[in-house]
Amino acid sequence: MAKSNLSDAILVNNYIAGDENSLALLIDRHQSRIYGYIFSKVSDRDLTEDIFQETFFKVIHTLKSKKYYNEEGKFLSWVLRIASNLIVDKFRNDKKMPLKRDTEEFSIFSNITDSSPDIEKKLIKSQVDIDLKMIIQKLPHDQREVIMMRYYSDMSFKEIADFTGVSVNTTLGRMRYAITNLRKVIEKNKIYLPS
Amino acid sequence: MAKLYSKRKLAPKKMLPKKETIRLILQYSCALSIVKVGNINFDLIAN
Repeated sequence: MAKSNLSDAILVNNYIAGDENSLALLIDRHQSRIYGYIFSKVSDRDLTEDIFQETFFKVIHTLKSKKYYNEEGKFLSWVLRIASNLIVDKFRNDKKMPLKRDTEEFSIFSNITDSSPDIEKKLIKSQVDIDLKMIIQKLPHDQREVIMMRYYSDMSFKEIADFTGVSVNTTLGRMRYAITNLRKVIEKNKIYLPS
Repeated sequence: MAKLYSKRKLAPKKMLPKKETIRLILQYSCALSIVKVGNINFDLIAN
């Protein structure tokens, strides 16, 4: 698949020109991040599938109608912005805020696989996850956003900067403040977070 | 500086949509064509 080495911008142009396979390559390249990003916000598999699908329906519609997209190399940020808007719309329509909860299927930190399934470790880890999530929720929005995108959506700082519309330095600064604030909250509340 | 915050990755490695979802998206893409007439875009979905 020599085509998989092509940049996003070229694949987008090829797709607009009628090459359907380019869309498959773009989806294959970014599906994990986009899906992970949506899931980190809605914490529900079925809803994530729906929003993922709707996101790409919008992408397809927009590209085929040649309305927008001329940002070279920023395809992922653009798609994430569409997904983000759809998530906001979804919860606005439901008139409720997204409920963050642990389920048997997913814990936001559960992707750190434990090779030895020790029940005690699992319990401790579960408690740490809950504590950490509670602390993160107390951060200001911009700092929380950077933490979520960096650690839960695996986005680079460049991608976060593109997505949030600020410079990379600002993003790094927000991350620094977020870490500092997390430490302060942990110390202030004397929370024990074993590594 | 970015490296300072990049040691530990908690992000999911295998958070992927269902294959049916991908298939549906690709089918939608193949089926959709948009025709512009004047200032109006018409969406055509092939059966």
